[in-house]
Amino acid sequence: MIDAGKPMARESASVSIEEIETHVQRNLAQREWRERLAGIVYPIGVVLAVLVLWEVGTRALAIPGFLLPPPSIIARSMMANASLLLVHGWVTTVEIVLGFLLSIVIGVPLALAIFLWPPFARSILPLLVSSQAMPKVAVAPLLLVWFGFGLLPKVLIAFLIAFFPIVINTAVGLASIEQEKIDLARSMGFGPLATFVKIRLPNALPAIFGGLKISITLAVVGAVVGEFVGGDAGLGYLLMVANGSMDTALLFAGLIALTVLGVVLYLLVEIAESLAIPRHIHSGGSGARESM
Amino acid sequence: MCFQLPRLQRVLPAESEMDARVRPGTSASSADDRPYLCLHGLSKVYPSRDGPVRALDQVSLSETRGEFLSIVGPSGCGKSTLLMIAAGLRSPSSGTVTVDGSPVLGARTDIGIVFQTPALLEWRTTLGNVMLQAEAKRLPRTAADRRAHELLASVGLAGFESKYPHELSGGMRQRVSLCRALIHDPPQLLMDEPFGALDALTRDQLNLDLQKIWSERRMTVLFITHSISEAVFLSDRVMVMSPRPGRVDRMIDITLPRPRTLVMRETPEFARFSREILDLFLARGVLREH
Repeated sequence: MIDAGKPMARESASVSIEEIETHVQRNLAQREWRERLAGIVYPIGVVLAVLVLWEVGTRALAIPGFLLPPPSIIARSMMANASLLLVHGWVTTVEIVLGFLLSIVIGVPLALAIFLWPPFARSILPLLVSSQAMPKVAVAPLLLVWFGFGLLPKVLIAFLIAFFPIVINTAVGLASIEQEKIDLARSMGFGPLATFVKIRLPNALPAIFGGLKISITLAVVGAVVGEFVGGDAGLGYLLMVANGSMDTALLFAGLIALTVLGVVLYLLVEIAESLAIPRHIHSGGSGARESM
Repeated sequence: MCFQLPRLQRVLPAESEMDARVRPGTSASSADDRPYLCLHGLSKVYPSRDGPVRALDQVSLSETRGEFLSIVGPSGCGKSTLLMIAAGLRSPSSGTVTVDGSPVLGARTDIGIVFQTPALLEWRTTLGNVMLQAEAKRLPRTAADRRAHELLASVGLAGFESKYPHELSGGMRQRVSLCRALIHDPPQLLMDEPFGALDALTRDQLNLDLQKIWSERRMTVLFITHSISEAVFLSDRVMVMSPRPGRVDRMIDITLPRPRTLVMRETPEFARFSREILDLFLARGVLREH
């Protein structure tokens, strides 16, 4: 009699409130399940459609492989060059992660100093901002001159691009807190350190992680730029080689590897965020919010 | 010695038989009439681009131990500033604050304070937020934990201990804030328009809850509000403030018997007190009738 998904019609006079409850509850569960499924199925469907269109289009229009190879050729190139992609991918990963960690190690204390010491903020902020206006790609050759062709210049370029969002977000996150919470901490008897550790820092965590998420994607850019300018390993280097030999399929394979790498690193930061800020886990809406 | 206020006593000759029953805690013993909190000659001026702003102008008041004193006044009359100064969280431009005769020079850490916003930490549960106060005071963990549970239960939040603030309604959040202010059994509770953002029914319920808690613990309460009926309902005395710059307009003894009930609000006795405050607001131009 109760047909889930459709409103209960007609004999509603004979339906008890308990039956309506189970009906409504089941409806909600089904809708949530459908939405979760759609969140997975839709993007996959779109990607598949694009791939099919791409495959058919390149073959039907006879587009030359060095301009735009069909997905099947790119896939074959990825298989054939799997070990190459892994070896160079690992080099790039190390550069990105080191650059990112350096951004945190330098960016967070810098933000702390900016927050705690206004004269320092006033003197350093204009420099920081103008350092961001300067294109990092243009600095890359200089860093190569100074530090050679190894790991270090790539890490430094990744750091130079990636640290700014961490500094700004951390500084802003630490500064933006309701005055009531600070007043409350004082009236409770918390000292400056306890207020910082128990209230100000956790309050800033969402902003800090916002900065980290921007930063990790920028670190990928930085590492690849470093490899472009001068390197003998890494996915950026592989892209240059593939480009030089007109191996467009390998070029695409490298691009895909870089994208996957970027997404995985981003997800790792998101996982760290959900561990550090447990309330995100609990943020599933509760229906009985305004009941009291 | 504390400055004595030029108190404007209410004269209610017809209700002299009622006076005998009111405020049993403070009427008889003279020792209790010594002021606990004493604000003397407080002025506060804020500098601004458009010139100095007078928030408070020579405000004095004193409160005896266990008293419930409310301050009503229009927005911007400096009543919140007054409370922050009483808490030791802001310093007055001139004047003094004393508690039990000793001057207040920094933040008073023995008090409980409730703001208009609940100011809960979003990453802590209901229990965790209440326990923050216990952590600050380094109270023994298990005893504080038990007390937190009792307090939460007494305001109808049993079973919500592990909920996060975003899972609670506005009224529930403010109850948590109240429990946090009470877990260390403070001698004084300072409340800055605590129920101002709540709907009328929730507000009534919280007024009843607060009255119950106060009658059991008898802490000294300084309560800031916009609401005339809330002030009359809760208080032993109501201080009416004039519009900016804030001055003491009148001090009114609320001689209604306790415990007060919601029905009592509809009685002529209650209305007389409300009327007196209302007349003041009309006379001062805080409210205008067209």
